[in-house]
Amino acid sequence: MRHLMSPLDFSVEELERLLDLANDIENHRDKYAHACDGKKLATLFYEPSTRTRLSFEAAMLNLGGSVLGFSSADSSSAAKGESVADTIRVISCYADIAAMRHPKEGAPLVAALHSGIPVINAGDGGHQHPTQTLTDLLTIRSLKGRLGGLTIGLCGDLKFGRTVHSLINALVRYENVRFVLISPEELRVPDYVREDVLRKSGHEFTEVTRLEDAIPELDILYMTRVQRERFFNEEDYVRMKDFYILDKEKMRLAGPEMMVLHPLPRVNEISVEVDSDPRAAYFKQAQYGVYVRMALILTLLEVNVC
Amino acid sequence: MLSVGQLNEGVVLDHIQAGKAMDLYRYLKLGDLDCCVAIIKNARSNKMGRKDIIKVEGPIEILDLDVLGYIDHTITVNIIRDGEIVEKKELSLPKKLVNIIHCKNPRCISSIEQELEQIFYLADEENEIYRCQYCEEQYRHSAKHRLY
Repeated sequence: MRHLMSPLDFSVEELERLLDLANDIENHRDKYAHACDGKKLATLFYEPSTRTRLSFEAAMLNLGGSVLGFSSADSSSAAKGESVADTIRVISCYADIAAMRHPKEGAPLVAALHSGIPVINAGDGGHQHPTQTLTDLLTIRSLKGRLGGLTIGLCGDLKFGRTVHSLINALVRYENVRFVLISPEELRVPDYVREDVLRKSGHEFTEVTRLEDAIPELDILYMTRVQRERFFNEEDYVRMKDFYILDKEKMRLAGPEMMVLHPLPRVNEISVEVDSDPRAAYFKQAQYGVYVRMALILTLLEVNVC
Repeated sequence: MLSVGQLNEGVVLDHIQAGKAMDLYRYLKLGDLDCCVAIIKNARSNKMGRKDIIKVEGPIEILDLDVLGYIDHTITVNIIRDGEIVEKKELSLPKKLVNIIHCKNPRCISSIEQELEQIFYLADEENEIYRCQYCEEQYRHSAKHRLY
């Protein structure tokens, strides 16, 4: 039995198979409509995350399965003091697979260690959010046809943004990926990402402050939100939150094939006027999130569709 | 040098940093053993100037070498049989630590689920870095004697 805790749990080859399956689902939805008939997904969300939870639920429903679960710790047995280990032991009797989001880092791993069913980490604090990374990889590969040989700009909060760190970790496994790290001085990538991941991998990377300087050379621009909860004082947050705003004017500097991604939700960092630009791919990215979760559920449940 | 009764069967932990034998005694829970344990403090040493030594009468299995390796892998472990040293065990940093150090990350699940074992794995042997199994928080085993 396999679980998914980190985006690196899959080898490059396994990932290719998963993304191939997701693309096949995209192109042959009907073929998979009953692949999980009679199977149940438990969504164990100890903190609210409407988007991720609904994406998982949509994925299971698209496969013909059913869903059950809770969407906050208050409405779960955790409010009565039950441990994660006990909760998953019980849920294993009710469902065939579980997706867990928890504010504490490592909680899904604890669940996996005590579970009788596959567990998917649907986000554990600031630690991992592997299905977001799988979504990002599927989106990039689907839109660009490859994961190697690309210049990828990561813009915004590169210090606290776990999606950015995970994506970098996943992309350094491919050849000739060039990273352009666009952030204010205060929100640069942490040293361990710069030194232990980027420099060790030998991939070319540059760090810049101005988005305008970087945008003309990018194949992908991955925007991120500056998160209020990461700041100790409101003043710093206010100063940082509108540091980058992608608008039509900046999009004019970009190449015709550049794609804009964003893990969503956005606040001000992408102006709504960009939404109608054909290069804006962030809502398509949300759709890919459903396909990759469908592929993941099938893979972990070892369901083969001919 | 002070003479301590000869050990016929047992283990001698040699080259312990002077003054640290009692700390090791605690971490290895030698006080819980029924066998004879001798502690020699401030013995003269050509290599270290002063050193501590611990002699334990009993099989090597009664000592947690993982704890010992984590605390100080430069300690010499001599196995004694019939009054002779028959083996010198090399200590190394253990690949996995269970309930030896505790995760200090307040965001880690182990901070709220008290019954969880505190498990760390050796992530980078060269730089002596351990990571919490749950949250991957990094612990650098800075020099030696972290627990002393």
